[in-house]
Amino acid sequence: MCRAATAAILTLAGLLIAAGAVHAADPERGRELYEARCTGCHSIDANRVGPMHRGVFGRKAGSVADFTYSPAVKASAIVWNDATLDRWLAGPQKLIPGQRMNFTVGQPEDRADIIAYLKSDAAR
Amino acid sequence: MSQIVKAPDVRLVPARRRFLGTLGTATLSATAVAILAGCERMATAQGGSAANDVQILNVALGLEQEAITAYQLGAESGLLQKPVLDVAVAFQSHHKEHAGALEATIRKLGGAPVAPKSKDEYARALNAASLRNQTDVLKLAQRLERGAANAYIGVIPSFGSKDLAKVAARLAADETMHWTALTSALAEPLPKGALSFGG
Ligand code: HEC
Repeated sequence: MCRAATAAILTLAGLLIAAGAVHAADPERGRELYEARCTGCHSIDANRVGPMHRGVFGRKAGSVADFTYSPAVKASAIVWNDATLDRWLAGPQKLIPGQRMNFTVGQPEDRADIIAYLKSDAAR
Repeated sequence: MSQIVKAPDVRLVPARRRFLGTLGTATLSATAVAILAGCERMATAQGGSAANDVQILNVALGLEQEAITAYQLGAESGLLQKPVLDVAVAFQSHHKEHAGALEATIRKLGGAPVAPKSKDEYARALNAASLRNQTDVLKLAQRLERGAANAYIGVIPSFGSKDLAKVAARLAADETMHWTALTSALAEPLPKGALSFGG
């Protein structure tokens, strides 16, 4: 009885987690979040304190020619995709120790929306 | 550029709606430096993270240098009229104080402060050529201030030193204060909900 209930609860929890995981990423909300959180340091089309972001999705880390990266990012073999960008925004120092961004986005949904924006035509 | 504003009596709105009040004398400088300087023990106390803290401070310094030049470009554009011009110059002086305090702290921690870029580089990156009127300038400043406030909030968890994390929070508060004043000057609504910064 108790075991069945536990199993049911675990199944339910699993479903809820799965539901959370399929958060439909919203590039428009991502654009707003990008404007608010990233443009202190980045622009889509200009190097600022951070490198320009046009075309960042799919390119190798540290590959904007005229931006001076940290040696760690420059040497990294990471290619920016959904998974790597999510880990970068969750904790850049964990992904590439020695990086100098140090800026984090706490909420997974926020990260997903920002990544959807970086993938969209507006930032391609 | 080197002009120092003592106690500008700056109001962005008519006296009738004087919710912005008056900017007081710029007395932060010495205090800010002293507070940051009080963190010198960190350099030795925190092992490996002091080097990373210096990196964070240097990125912050880069932001402040950009902001100083952005206000300079705004002030020199001839697009700002009197009460707004005074506010721009006052906010620029805050950013100069931030930059000075950050530089002093970076040096204390054994780091080398980044050099600012050229004015032309900032002008290009910020697309200053597209500024046509006072509203454009205010909107650029408003965007940079919000970006800076959020940048400071977003790096707080990465500091090894809690003292420096607190300093970042204070800097974020200054930028938020600027953003609020600029938003009022633009007669734009304030955020409806709470917690609209950071995240
Ligand atoms: C405090 C300033 C700051 C903020 C805010 C910031 N970044 Fe960065 N970002 C940097 C710096 C500096 C680098 C370069 C890191 C290095 O070289 O180690 C960077 C690098 C990156 C890179 C790697 C780019 C490449 O060409 O390899 C990505 C992707 C990125 N940032 C995304 C973002 C996003 C998305 C946001 C907003 C959620 C953001 N950043 C907010 C400073 C910042």
